[in-house]
Amino acid sequence: MNWQVLISGWCVIRNNKVWVNGELVFEGAESFDFTNFSKAAFKSLDQAYVKFYKMDNLSKIGFLCAEYLLKDNSIKEKYTPDKIGVILSNAASSIDTDIEHQKTIADVNNFFPSPSVFVYTLPNIVIGELCIKHKFQGENTFFIFEKFQPEFMAGYVSDLFHQDRLKACLTGWVDLSPGAEDYEAVFYLVEWDNGAGRLLFHGENLKNLYNQ
Amino acid sequence: MTIYIAGDNIISSLGFTTDENMDNVLKEITGIRETDDRQLSPEGFPLALVDSQKLSGFFKDIANPIQYTRLEQMMILSVKRAVKLSGIALQDPRTLLIISTTKGNVELLENGKKEVFPTNRVYLWGLANAIGDYFKTSVPPLVVSNACISGLLAIEIGARLIRNRQYENVVVVGGDVLTAFIVSGFQSFKSLSPLPCKPYDILRDGLSLGEACATIVLSSHKHLLNNTFTIEVAGGASSNDANHISGPSRSGDGLFYSIRNALKSANMSADDIDFICAHGTATPYNDDMESKAVNLAGLQDTPLNSLKGYFGHTLGAAGTLESIISIHSMLRNKLIKTIGFITPGVVEDINVIRETQDCKLNNCLKIASGFGGCNGAVIFSAV
Repeated sequence: MNWQVLISGWCVIRNNKVWVNGELVFEGAESFDFTNFSKAAFKSLDQAYVKFYKMDNLSKIGFLCAEYLLKDNSIKEKYTPDKIGVILSNAASSIDTDIEHQKTIADVNNFFPSPSVFVYTLPNIVIGELCIKHKFQGENTFFIFEKFQPEFMAGYVSDLFHQDRLKACLTGWVDLSPGAEDYEAVFYLVEWDNGAGRLLFHGENLKNLYNQ
Repeated sequence: MTIYIAGDNIISSLGFTTDENMDNVLKEITGIRETDDRQLSPEGFPLALVDSQKLSGFFKDIANPIQYTRLEQMMILSVKRAVKLSGIALQDPRTLLIISTTKGNVELLENGKKEVFPTNRVYLWGLANAIGDYFKTSVPPLVVSNACISGLLAIEIGARLIRNRQYENVVVVGGDVLTAFIVSGFQSFKSLSPLPCKPYDILRDGLSLGEACATIVLSSHKHLLNNTFTIEVAGGASSNDANHISGPSRSGDGLFYSIRNALKSANMSADDIDFICAHGTATPYNDDMESKAVNLAGLQDTPLNSLKGYFGHTLGAAGTLESIISIHSMLRNKLIKTIGFITPGVVEDINVIRETQDCKLNNCLKIASGFGGCNGAVIFSAV
């Protein structure tokens, strides 16, 4: 098999469940809201990473998706940090935390904006959190789409590989509605590889895995 | 393939056309002023604001102002002016519109404002669709929201999408307006200066916020070039510090990776760069980090400026606005001084431009960094 851009793994989080490479690996109780679910899913990883508890909801779901996807993976040993990128997208930007920050400034007589909330009012902070945790330092971009755009993401990220900018990339979709009523994360780990039996990184495959 | 600059426009505290902005910059005028709007800036930090009356005056000639937010008005006006200069058509399926913004219409979260517009307009894709619909674009606009590197990254992305032949023309508009949301957030970080900002200076004590909207037209069509525009996008890159979500890297390695990769993609070495238009927010940490990255890249002797003293930090517009000023400083062969800088005060030596002066300029490196540890670099060259 020739060297090409291939999907080494993928992780889907929605409806209180976590799937890795199509297999259900964690399930929260049906009654769980996002707070309960994210806490339980994090505990199940058995990690002492206290920063998790300081994150906003969008970063939490992105963090969990990356952890479940990467925990049995050795990309950090295979490539230098500047060759590993993170290219993500969503619809709601950071709206959940935007509303939290807005609450702190709505009343001039009760004005208490906080830097630990305000910093999360940018969608790309989740990229920053993943880069810190995994020491990724390559290309990073956050796109906003009304709906996930597998064709565009596959084309854009592939181009970065073909220009020799990246050897590996974490890419996909991480979206969370106000109050975390709805949430969804679908990450693909993509590598420049000649491994047999792996899926080609193109729009159709991304779409099928997204719709699993 | 060569990616040409085919047109541009700036709407900022210093004017509504690129020429007006450029003339004011060369006259060393700052747009950062005291404000008595306590709703916007409760502690009275100086800001660089766009003249709302003039904006309304210009906008009512092209569309119904009540249908568009203030940011949308600025974006539509800026794109319209830039595209008119360039000769390309936004309706053409070979043309893509990219919108760069950090906070978009976030003011619609305020009580009393959200009822005026459809709820989807608070989402960045909703804002993008409103602008796309106005211009009747064939494809929905692409939105980039990557903190303070958004505008610069959008130029790099646009150039990339032309180079890989997805589009022939890309119009990049970067914009953010100042709202209580943004000012209160930066204030809570204690990163605002009580006086106009002083990039790289020993006395620098924080940034000044500004608002702006800036549009740049990229094209693979050489025939669109005229006497005004003879500049290309030669290369670019982005990277991450992987260090801290709100503090810059201690080593400058992240920004260095962006510079190194941008030089490589442009087939250039550090010696080819005639000047650097840096981020220079005038926060103690940002400017120190940049001085380290510039040294790591071997660019410590290259003339460098920050334009924040003229426009303030214009967030999602900063990358496009400062790129356009740099392009015109190349076209006019003028090195632009760093307003606010007097005494060197960064941890490693860099060559900050003290006086605006004539100088033949062929290659410019534009850099930016932002929250989330992101960095970007783009190189502009004379054709």
